[in-house]
Amino acid sequence: MDILRDHNWVLSVGTFLPLAGVLVMLFIPKVEEQLQKAVALITALATLGVGVYTLTLFNYDRAGEMQFVAQTNWISVIKSTYYIGLDGISLPLYILSMVITVLVMIYSWDHIPSPGNPKAFLMLMLVLQTGMAGTFISQDLILFFVFFELVLLPMYFMIGVWGGENRQYASLKFFLYTMFGSALMLVAFLALFFKTGAESFAIPYLVENGGAIAKNTQVWIFAGMFIGFAVKVPMFPFHTWLPDAHTQAPTQGSVILAAVLLKLGTYGFIRIAIPMLPDAAREWAPYIGLLAVIGIIYGALGCLAQTDMKRLIAFSSVAHMGFVMLGISTLTSFGMNAAVFGMVAHGLITGMLFFVAGSVKDRYHTLEIARLGGLLKQVPHLAWILGFCVMASLGLPGLAGFWGEFPAILSAYSPLSGLSEVTFRVYMVIAAMGTVLAAAYLLWLFQRIAFGEPKPEFGGSTSDAHGHHDYAGHDDAHHNDIHDVTVYEWVAWTPLLIAIVLFGVMPNLLFKLIDPAVAAIVTQIGG
Amino acid sequence: MLSTLFAAADWVSPAVDYHAIAPEIIVAVGICVVLLADLFIADRSKWLLSTVAGFTLLGAFIPVLTLGLSDEGTRSLFDGRYVIDDFSIVLKGLFLLSAYVIVLLSTTHIEEGDYYQGEYWVLMLSSILGMLMMTSSRDLVSIFVALEFLSIPAYMLAAWRKRDAKSNEAGVKYFLLGVFASAVLLYGMSLLYGVANSTLLSDLASEISGDLTAIRVLAVVFLVVGFAFKVSAVPFHTWAPDTYEGAPTPVTAFLSVASKAAGFVALVTVLYVAVPGASDVWQPLIWVLAALTMTVGNVMALRQTNIVRMLAYSSIAQGGFILMPLAVAAEGNSSAAVLRSVVTYLIVYAATNLGMFGIILAVSRKTRSGEVASFGGLFSYAPGIGALATIFLASLAGIPPLGGWIGKFSAFQAVLEAGTTWGYVLAVIGAVNSVIAFGYYGNVMREMWMRPVPNGDTSAIATPAPIKLALGITGLATLALGILPGVALHFGDIAVFSSAFGG
Repeated sequence: MDILRDHNWVLSVGTFLPLAGVLVMLFIPKVEEQLQKAVALITALATLGVGVYTLTLFNYDRAGEMQFVAQTNWISVIKSTYYIGLDGISLPLYILSMVITVLVMIYSWDHIPSPGNPKAFLMLMLVLQTGMAGTFISQDLILFFVFFELVLLPMYFMIGVWGGENRQYASLKFFLYTMFGSALMLVAFLALFFKTGAESFAIPYLVENGGAIAKNTQVWIFAGMFIGFAVKVPMFPFHTWLPDAHTQAPTQGSVILAAVLLKLGTYGFIRIAIPMLPDAAREWAPYIGLLAVIGIIYGALGCLAQTDMKRLIAFSSVAHMGFVMLGISTLTSFGMNAAVFGMVAHGLITGMLFFVAGSVKDRYHTLEIARLGGLLKQVPHLAWILGFCVMASLGLPGLAGFWGEFPAILSAYSPLSGLSEVTFRVYMVIAAMGTVLAAAYLLWLFQRIAFGEPKPEFGGSTSDAHGHHDYAGHDDAHHNDIHDVTVYEWVAWTPLLIAIVLFGVMPNLLFKLIDPAVAAIVTQIGG
Repeated sequence: MLSTLFAAADWVSPAVDYHAIAPEIIVAVGICVVLLADLFIADRSKWLLSTVAGFTLLGAFIPVLTLGLSDEGTRSLFDGRYVIDDFSIVLKGLFLLSAYVIVLLSTTHIEEGDYYQGEYWVLMLSSILGMLMMTSSRDLVSIFVALEFLSIPAYMLAAWRKRDAKSNEAGVKYFLLGVFASAVLLYGMSLLYGVANSTLLSDLASEISGDLTAIRVLAVVFLVVGFAFKVSAVPFHTWAPDTYEGAPTPVTAFLSVASKAAGFVALVTVLYVAVPGASDVWQPLIWVLAALTMTVGNVMALRQTNIVRMLAYSSIAQGGFILMPLAVAAEGNSSAAVLRSVVTYLIVYAATNLGMFGIILAVSRKTRSGEVASFGGLFSYAPGIGALATIFLASLAGIPPLGGWIGKFSAFQAVLEAGTTWGYVLAVIGAVNSVIAFGYYGNVMREMWMRPVPNGDTSAIATPAPIKLALGITGLATLALGILPGVALHFGDIAVFSSAFGG
């Protein structure tokens, strides 16, 4: 085990380094905005540096085992320890959270949303980073819960202070939904703790001993966890907070929410709920699958009905997370591989889509699809990037999205033995129809926004002829904002674009990492 | 006749362990010093009194420390009627430190208030002396004396602003209902004495067990109801909101933290040491009280627009969470976990709630208003206070990694450890309530972060140094207890009675 425990400081440093940055920023006056941004960016970069170092130290031949394990006393009275480690499932998500934070920081360099105050904005973002990274490395349920909750307040303020018009409603809805879920989740954690003999909150211990709990009890405990995680994913019918939160959140908030926060839920299913309560998981799987495919279709239909670009992307998240949950619900190694890959891919692609949406909003001051048009003529680079992301999102082979979606559908063909094949094959067919709908809403979105002529109100070709001088000033104001992709945007986006292609062409980079870890979990449920 | 007299003459005073009661003695001396000094010092030097009061409390903390560190174990005085065990030492420490923070919070308020300063500090210290005695009392009589000792000065403090109708209402309401509660309690105690022929709690324990007769049941019910008034459990809470709103804010802080904690100390002592055998009677009673208290407190808090009133209902709801584990205290092996959770909750609640009152004091110095709306835009012009207020509110709502969560967590843990169906149901009620609670805590956060400044007055808040110190102490404690919850839990864990079914 010594190999696995070597260098076990890297995870703690990688997780808590952002807080050091917060501490430094606390003592820098609010007016020094550039300095604040610089410190925040340096902190995020340093954190990513530690993450990259972790990548180089990681033993890829043993990706199925926990590495860099560290365990020390924390709350001995309740038998909870500071116990961290990471395996092939945690690693990509852990790194993803760091990458996204850096990119969002870069994007923030000239995109601090109104009402300003970069100090508070960036500090919250760093706290968020600690919460996200910590959740993925926790090997103790209480520690997991603390990190899981740590992301709540920063995101609440991010939406509520820097968000759109309806921000207060959206932020409160986000908070209450998530908190309701996590309160029940905590009760479930405690019930699990006592039912396994009140020995330890360590995840490996509970995975080993949770299976011995009577099936009936398992089903109830699973219900508590299910609500907690399903709200976060979000699964139909707990998804209603998501479109509001996404639409109202500032671009940075949407990106982090889509790219990382939603994964906390699916990660919880894979790491905690399913391996700890295998009997309950088998019992629940058909229902999870059902909700997943409802989510796919419902999300897609929702997309078709949206008039707001950001809201549309938010609904597409519901559909995509449906694919991830379908993969998980098969309880097979194949399905879970697809799910973890889908989590990463969705993080990259939807994160990118929200970036683009934010930039469109900056330029046109609206995201109403009907008012936009002709982006390819006015801002060709931005429009092509949008087109690229749309293709990736609809699951075009060769891009990352494909490897999350296609295997997930395929996995439903043969779920874990004991689960009804007929049911899951029906799910498979429905999910496949979901991909058609996805192509429809995404391409339709792209067509309406990017094709055609720019609209007159944004300095399209027809406005000059009429010579409406009253509108001239108004038009100019908009027109001046409309410019193509800036340097900061290029720097922030290029890594994501490269990653989408890279993982699309060489999915094995990830699958090789995920598979052994997933295999270890699937053995728990008898797969 | 003559022999009785001789016997009386033979009476020798019992051996007194002065180390054991040193905290009480120091506070008593402090009371005398403040009282006398008040007569002789000039008006402009009255600030000395608050300093004396503060140092008295810190001075009394020293013997608490030495008692805690000594290896002698439990010290039992007066035939076991006054006991200094780990439970009492931990709670004495809590009372003294909270009282010190309350002194810091009061200083400026009282100096500027144009009322008699000397009396304020005397009353405050007297009430604290009552609380210290409460932690050690293991006899019905000494419990009652301690309870009155801590309550009567509190009635007067509530009515401190004597030219203010609301403050008078606060005092009178508190007094009338408090006295009523005492009467109920005393009736229960007299019944207990009637059946057990003793007032010593440990004697009662052997008498109140097995099949209980109606009179024993009645006695236990009266006891619980009497204490329910003191801890403002629903439906005996009606005095709390009016009293909290009318009393001067530092006094409200005192009532909602220290006085309430003392009520819980008394309740727990009686339940654990005197009537554990009657758990079939008090467990269901407390179950109902806890569920009602959490729910009604929360729902009422949602409707408040005055921040002090909101905190009053919030403190009722928090009281429900402290009661919650007691509803399963005698099930299985849960008694130790239940006691731990009560003490842990009291510790984190004290730190957080005092901090929040400090914020209200600081903000209202500028806004001169008690409305939630007066917090509008606070974060934009006073980011430090805004951030601290956020920390306190989030802690009250029980969001990790702030102190409050470990209180809630240990309460849930204790309830679930019992493993009964009723326990699970109560835990789910508690979980739902902790979500509702965010509705009103979040509302204040929203005012501070997301709403515009009322009147556009963005001048800075001038916070007096004592309040700053109080905010620093409570803020640090709230953060530290959340990140290193082991500390609070450790004190909760060692705070056990020397003789009880949980010890």
